[in-house]
Amino acid sequence: MKIINLPLREEIVADFRAGDQVLLNGVIYVARDSAHKKIIEALEKGDKLPFELNGATVYYMGPSPTRPNMVIGSAGPTTSGRMDKYAPELLRRGLKGMIGKGFRSAEVKKAIVEYKAVYFAALGGCGALIAKCVKRCEVIAFPELGPEAICRIIVENFSAIVVNDIYGGDAYEEGRKKYVQYEIKK
Amino acid sequence: MVGIGKVLEEEMRRKKITVRQIIYHIKWLCNDANYYLPDNITDLLEEACEKEVSSQGKEILKNILDNADVACGGRFPLCQDCGAAVVFVELGQNVVIKGGDLRDAINQGVVNGYKEGFLRKSICHPLTRKNTGNNTPAVIHFEIVPGNNLRIVVMSKGGGAENMAKLAMLKPSDGKEGIANFVVKSVSDAGSNPCPPVIVGIGIGGGTAERAMFLAKKALLRAGVNSDKEMAEFENELLGKINGLGIGPQGLGGSVTALAVYIEMEPCHIASLPVAVNLQCHSVRYAETIL
Repeated sequence: MKIINLPLREEIVADFRAGDQVLLNGVIYVARDSAHKKIIEALEKGDKLPFELNGATVYYMGPSPTRPNMVIGSAGPTTSGRMDKYAPELLRRGLKGMIGKGFRSAEVKKAIVEYKAVYFAALGGCGALIAKCVKRCEVIAFPELGPEAICRIIVENFSAIVVNDIYGGDAYEEGRKKYVQYEIKK
Repeated sequence: MVGIGKVLEEEMRRKKITVRQIIYHIKWLCNDANYYLPDNITDLLEEACEKEVSSQGKEILKNILDNADVACGGRFPLCQDCGAAVVFVELGQNVVIKGGDLRDAINQGVVNGYKEGFLRKSICHPLTRKNTGNNTPAVIHFEIVPGNNLRIVVMSKGGGAENMAKLAMLKPSDGKEGIANFVVKSVSDAGSNPCPPVIVGIGIGGGTAERAMFLAKKALLRAGVNSDKEMAEFENELLGKINGLGIGPQGLGGSVTALAVYIEMEPCHIASLPVAVNLQCHSVRYAETIL
């Protein structure tokens, strides 16, 4: 288990191998479908982004509403594949880490290798458990998007697994190969 | 001619249920479904924990069970995606709904449940993507049944697993082998996306395409063994193949990809063999009441 302090840097990312378990600590930016669309539109227009992309880690998530006196609601990952369209451009501009669940496209995996970044999986469907490691949460952009607003969260010992590393490793493919007993007929 | 006495007698036999009752119960069903993982599912997860050969997979399954404890202990949604509200209504034909419209009452119950229960509102305009803000309209399946009960099941269905739904209009000659190939391929292609271990709902037949998908969704509500012996065996065969895919908990490799396979079957057109697959993530959320 590797304990990682965010933000990520190239030498930290270079140390990751697909399948590694990590505990993340520090600042993460929460953004999903609609927020990604808005970020890309802002980049195209040359507008300032709500957060510094360089070195940032983005978490594909849309929390449930926060109860009074709580930090956040349930806070598990959403399916990353829907952000595949936007991810390569963000990686090119300095995004270092992505957290979500589910497999990525060939283009995203290529961009992870090319721009030296990492894709982590968090525990899908375990949003109540994950919420416990979120220590602070504030909406920093697009509050009108409701659950899709961009938030800045501070996490302590956020458990994640390295899925795609800079060497082209893929924990989903490798994990599956290890346990396959039944091949599908083509 | 039916005498006035007979009409009055019929009228007396009718059970009156108010929309106020319905709104109230739907609200609590939405909350219960989202905070409490059904006992039959925790049983399946505990069994899976024993069976799983990957140590990482075992660890993930334990985390899923821990998540269920945290959720019901703190009235925290099991998953931040509190789903589309899918409401199955079995309305006894002797029931009279008083005080308003049944559909409105169901939607109002969903509004109250999602607002007061701090559940995420996930329903939006399909093109502008503007959120409706209250998780309605609910998806409501009405069925008229004999008797004087109103049975309501609220299922909160997350988007990640629902996105993996598949429909195939197979040729009748494809038979069981064709069905098996289609189902196993659907689960294989979904891979890590639908939050495995999943429950696989399968609709076979049904007069038309949309009926097959409804059957697949309805299958997800079952608990226990199929009363049709041949289908129970087919479910086991499919479960074996699916768990042989190696996808495992969260798709990171392992021997438990599905917790169960449930089939619902109905007669179909002589030209068709509709087969639908509807996947349910491990975070199974439904609750029911009978009024």
